[in-house]
Amino acid sequence: MNMSSEPSADRPIISCRNLSKIYRMGDQEVHALNRVSLDIWPGEFVAIMGPSGSGKSSLMNLIGALDRPTSGEMWIKGSELSAMSRDELADLRNETLGFVFQQFNLLSRQDALSNVKLPLRYARREISDLDARARECLEMVGLGNRMDHRPMQLSGGQQQRVAIARALVNRPSILLADEPTGALDSRTTAEIMQLLVQLSRQGITIVLVTHEADVAAYASRQIHFRDGDIESDSAAPRTNMLSEQIS
Amino acid sequence: MKLKVASTSALEALISNPLRSLLTMLGIIIGVASVMVMMSIGEGARAQIDAQIASVGSNLLTLNPGGIQRGGRNQGGGSGRPFTEADVTAIADLPFVEAATGVLSGQATAVSEEGNWVTTVQGGGPDYFAVNNWTISEGRLFTDQEARSGSAVVVIGASTVSNLFPNGNAIGQRIRINSVPVEIIGILEAKGQSGGGMGMDRDDTVVGPLSMVRNRIVGGNRWVSRHVSRIQFLVRDGYDIASAQDEVAQLMRDRRKIAPGEADNFSIFNFADMIKQRGAAMNTMSMLLAFTAAVSLLVGGVGVMNIMLVSVTERTREIGLRMAIGARGGDILIQFLVEAVLLCTLGGLIGMSLGWLGAFGAAQVGKWPMSVSPVIIGTALGAAASVGLIFGFFPARRAAQLDPIQALRHD
Repeated sequence: MNMSSEPSADRPIISCRNLSKIYRMGDQEVHALNRVSLDIWPGEFVAIMGPSGSGKSSLMNLIGALDRPTSGEMWIKGSELSAMSRDELADLRNETLGFVFQQFNLLSRQDALSNVKLPLRYARREISDLDARARECLEMVGLGNRMDHRPMQLSGGQQQRVAIARALVNRPSILLADEPTGALDSRTTAEIMQLLVQLSRQGITIVLVTHEADVAAYASRQIHFRDGDIESDSAAPRTNMLSEQIS
Repeated sequence: MKLKVASTSALEALISNPLRSLLTMLGIIIGVASVMVMMSIGEGARAQIDAQIASVGSNLLTLNPGGIQRGGRNQGGGSGRPFTEADVTAIADLPFVEAATGVLSGQATAVSEEGNWVTTVQGGGPDYFAVNNWTISEGRLFTDQEARSGSAVVVIGASTVSNLFPNGNAIGQRIRINSVPVEIIGILEAKGQSGGGMGMDRDDTVVGPLSMVRNRIVGGNRWVSRHVSRIQFLVRDGYDIASAQDEVAQLMRDRRKIAPGEADNFSIFNFADMIKQRGAAMNTMSMLLAFTAAVSLLVGGVGVMNIMLVSVTERTREIGLRMAIGARGGDILIQFLVEAVLLCTLGGLIGMSLGWLGAFGAAQVGKWPMSVSPVIIGTALGAAASVGLIFGFFPARRAAQLDPIQALRHD
């Protein structure tokens, strides 16, 4: 995967500044994220870890432009998300981000190829070779011979591979994986993680949310969350140093 | 491209739940069928009325003598003083009259070698056939010369021919009408049973020269010489029928010496008017069907809206996923709108086939030509698709406005 639109390596591709997310449950306020600042660099493979309720999923939703923060700034490839409209956010998700979910979220009525093609259909710019690109991605995840299978006819690991192919088909800069191996056995987990490592080597930025340490071990950087804040970051010194530079 | 994609996925969604789709379509099916039957009845009835008017002639007026009062009792139309051939000439001389004929009619028994038949005998002038829009199917009409001299020749209607000559070959044959021998010289082109719309068969007739019919078959009038029982005339194209009616009425008042203030002792009858009024009854029926159609489409639309709301709820997760991979609100809106429109259009197509059957049945009952024009098909399908658009919009907008993250978490 050669990203022509990749920003230069000296600026973070994802940047959070004092990011807070407060949910209201009845008359109670839940601080899911508490003034989090974080930079992720192009090509990094980051694992975000933490117990449930630590805020890792909330952060993932904010990075994925699926949710808006209560306060703070969220920058993706140099754009601040709070200034963007719903449609602009949709286009950002389509062009810059790729999602992989724990439950795969494939369309059960359509075969693997159609599932992979789906993001291309929502692309604003004209894409001429939809089929060729979808095939290429399915071959890359090792499912070149199962393109006409429906999700029901595929194993869990294969379904997740289809989902990864779908996430990659529009050549995103960032791949977001939310517990991608949560529904898979350990052998399949290893296969999927090796696929992600391989993608990371090709230059794509990967952010992975997991609560399993052995899954997080595949990543090049581990960030632990607790109570809505960063507890530890294996690349902490570099982040701190450069956070002054960006602001 | 976008629309094609949306309709493919919409079609898949509809097929995956066939019974539900069919039940949802029911209201639309009935509505569209009603629209079709309604419009087809309207068109068919109008065509029938137009055909009837054309067969009579839309600018034909008929003068009948009025009833006379005898001992305080009206003796009915035709019992008054009859018109004369001089009246016919006076009317024919009016500038706006294209053609006029006096008519003398009566019942008579016609006897051929093969059978006998009671029929209506009409005596007419040379213009009789033109005025009544009659054409000949076999043989010839009587000539001016024959009309003037009162030759014993007749032209007979198709029904009379079939009764008198079951084996055909009527031309040149002699028949006896009330014992008077006459020669058949022509057969009239059939106008059909319902012709005048009065339940009478206008093809059951024998037409002969006026003077022959008066002198030899019907008989003269004791007080009025050269009488006719009614006068028919055609108003020239472009001339107002109502004012023609007024002017002829004035002429006849003068000729019959009716003092101002006194009532007419004759009446002018506009056949086309009567047919048109009869057609008005059809409009009432059409209105009723239109109401049925509107109510069915409304109920069908609400059904579609309901099922689309269910569908949106069921597929919330799918909507969330589509949004996560970059679908805009507008994409989702179009997807569900297309689904609703497709559902309704499909129902519309089924309704159209049922409506076609209904229109066919109505045409059989009403005895008018079956008429399903492109306008009808367009209107029926358009109505169905519009219902889909209108009632699909709210559910589709609801889907489009879902919050991506909440939609994704929905289960």
